[in-house]
Amino acid sequence: MFDSLSEKLEGAFKNLKGHGKLTEINIATSIKEIRRALVGADVNYKIAKEFTDKIKDQALGSANVLKSVKPGELMVKIVMDEMTALMGGDAIGLNMTGKPTVILIAGLQGSGKTTFTGKIAKFLKNKKKKRVLVTACDVYRPAAIDQLTVLSEQVGVEIYKEPDNKNPVEIAQNAVVYAIEQKIDVVIVDTAGRLAVDEVMMNEIAAIKKGIDPQEVLFVVDAMTGQDAVNTAKVFNDRIDFDGVVLTKLDGDTRGGAALSVKYTVGKPIKFISTGEKMDQLDVFYPERMAQRILGMGDIVSFVERAQDQFDEVEAKKLEKKIKKNKFDFNDFLKQIDQIRRMGDLKSLMGMIPGMGKLTKNLDIDNNAFNKVEAIIQSMTPEERGRPELLNMSRKKRIARGCGHDIHQINMFIKQFDQMKKMMHMMSKGNNMQNMMRNLERMGGRPGMGR
Amino acid sequence: MSFFNKFFNKKKEEDLQEGLQKTKTGFFNKLSKVVAGKNTVDESFLDDLEQILIQSDVGLDTTIKIIDRLEAKVAKDKYINIDELNDILKNVIVDLLDENKTVDLQDFEFDTSHKPHVILVVGVNGTGKTTTIGKLAYQFTKRGHKVLLGAADTFRAAAVDQLKIWSERVGCDFYSKGMNADPAAVAYETVQYGINEGHDLIIIDTAGRLHTKLHLMKELTKIKNSIDKKMPGAPHEVLLVLDATTGQNAIEQARQFTAATEVTALALTKLDGSAQGGVAIGISDQFKIPIKFIGLGESLEHLQVFNKKAFVEGLFN
Repeated sequence: MFDSLSEKLEGAFKNLKGHGKLTEINIATSIKEIRRALVGADVNYKIAKEFTDKIKDQALGSANVLKSVKPGELMVKIVMDEMTALMGGDAIGLNMTGKPTVILIAGLQGSGKTTFTGKIAKFLKNKKKKRVLVTACDVYRPAAIDQLTVLSEQVGVEIYKEPDNKNPVEIAQNAVVYAIEQKIDVVIVDTAGRLAVDEVMMNEIAAIKKGIDPQEVLFVVDAMTGQDAVNTAKVFNDRIDFDGVVLTKLDGDTRGGAALSVKYTVGKPIKFISTGEKMDQLDVFYPERMAQRILGMGDIVSFVERAQDQFDEVEAKKLEKKIKKNKFDFNDFLKQIDQIRRMGDLKSLMGMIPGMGKLTKNLDIDNNAFNKVEAIIQSMTPEERGRPELLNMSRKKRIARGCGHDIHQINMFIKQFDQMKKMMHMMSKGNNMQNMMRNLERMGGRPGMGR
Repeated sequence: MSFFNKFFNKKKEEDLQEGLQKTKTGFFNKLSKVVAGKNTVDESFLDDLEQILIQSDVGLDTTIKIIDRLEAKVAKDKYINIDELNDILKNVIVDLLDENKTVDLQDFEFDTSHKPHVILVVGVNGTGKTTTIGKLAYQFTKRGHKVLLGAADTFRAAAVDQLKIWSERVGCDFYSKGMNADPAAVAYETVQYGINEGHDLIIIDTAGRLHTKLHLMKELTKIKNSIDKKMPGAPHEVLLVLDATTGQNAIEQARQFTAATEVTALALTKLDGSAQGGVAIGISDQFKIPIKFIGLGESLEHLQVFNKKAFVEGLFN
């Protein structure tokens, strides 16, 4: 149904490959393909059009491109560079000059404002060593105040709330007064979700802003937002002139074209990205990675990060030792399977590795591929799992009965397991897990990205 | 039809019109502007149409389908007036929606051949699951059904409280085991409680989850299985709540949630805030899962049953 983006682009550039150099005609056809690819990633249609027109001018205007031996690659580079430049610009941190610094959070319903409020509070408290107060100004949604209360307890910051006050402007102002009295460094004001078309609510957020004169106004956008991202961002920007954008739910598989649309429309920097429901899953924005993601060119860094999420330093050290001593057993193997599973859908994982998207497209990767192996291992006694060498014919027969597979399959699995064990043992000499991680990262071309 | 019914429908129609106001200005107003200057269906008209459809989040594939069908119906470069063109386009879209097995609901209703009727509500974070449940509970309670809400979102901070407040507001029953309880156990016990207490309808809330998180999708399958264990054949409806402002990712969400829980119906929320009435068209085309409910605003009455003819008429009139 939906061809993957990378494939569309590859198709577009294939048009170029046959020709020795870029001409106006083959650029035009490729440009159309690129535009469709961008639109498929939810980049706003008009922006995609303007953007690709600019690319076209650049490609035609550059003498280098016309003479290039590999015009396709050059086009990719132009698209990537242009997009990175557009979304990037100077990285601007938070303006923390206020006493106290006041940060106002605004956005649509369900974009992730309250969760982000918790995350930024934790970030400022732990990383910046600030005394932080969060303020509950969503007086409409049932239990919104409770939600922020729970989060504030989780991250260990104070909360200001007035459950009986239905006037968010007053609550916000009172919070700032309280913060001054208590010598608090940062006040974060969480607000109710609102639609850009809702006049009354837009007036309210403008009034809150006026009432507390914040140093930072952050606009929270769901990365999955479609074509309307442009209108929403524009209206919010017109009304509250926000300072930065927060992109949430990037841990999904959305291409996130909204990031480009918003940046292009309002020109405000994307200051944070949010990648999960845990309070420490907050990140700074890397335009290059986002460009790759929108273009569907694989995202090796995210792949590594997902791996690292599941990567337990202590466990890994233990495992490394075991491999070195050639003591890798079935229990370790089960743990490994579990870790890979937690990283997500196998096919989408493969898709993150550059160049793999095309390979895996027609390959039916079975997420249950490990089920058989698990069944076999789980039919072993704890003793057998820890000491693979115990497995003799009668034990194998019992295991076969237990898991419902025949003895050949058991034998085959044990043989594969032994080979794998040998290979890992060999690799462990002179190489270790951390090195492997580092190598993976280097493949992504951005050293020092790991956390 | 009684006078009261007529009045009621009239009111609903007004809400639909009002709710779609932005959709209209975003979508078909632009269309009439495009059509206004032209009287032939030529290449540049089709380009403009493509732009309008895509900007309404109809999606690339469905847009191309609509344009192909339009082209097949209208001879190229033939003179044509706005009304004719509007009619043709309207028919193309209604036909597209008809191919989906969407049954037009006239009112909030459910299958009463078994008791209780169990609805499991699923979706990604922030689409409006709990709010939709609150509004559904209101509609069904108002119609005299004994409704029970089950709080199986035991993960997100204060989610249980949020659902509880809704049950109090609406005046229906509520079952919970508090935060951090096993959601499958909550679902199981909710159904048990509903059977014992003679409820007509049980709606079970679940935590929002991104469809890419395999272990969370597995949890959902487990919740569904545990309901089936207590009452074979249940849940009778798995309702996927989609945010209308979501772009093309909505398609992938529908696909993955269907794989995990066999989604039987869709609710499309926040339709009032988007220029994307088009997303309903795209989803109906790409998925053979019917849209049952649409959210057109914040108030309790603003959740409506989806009627494709009325919807398309609403877009054009």
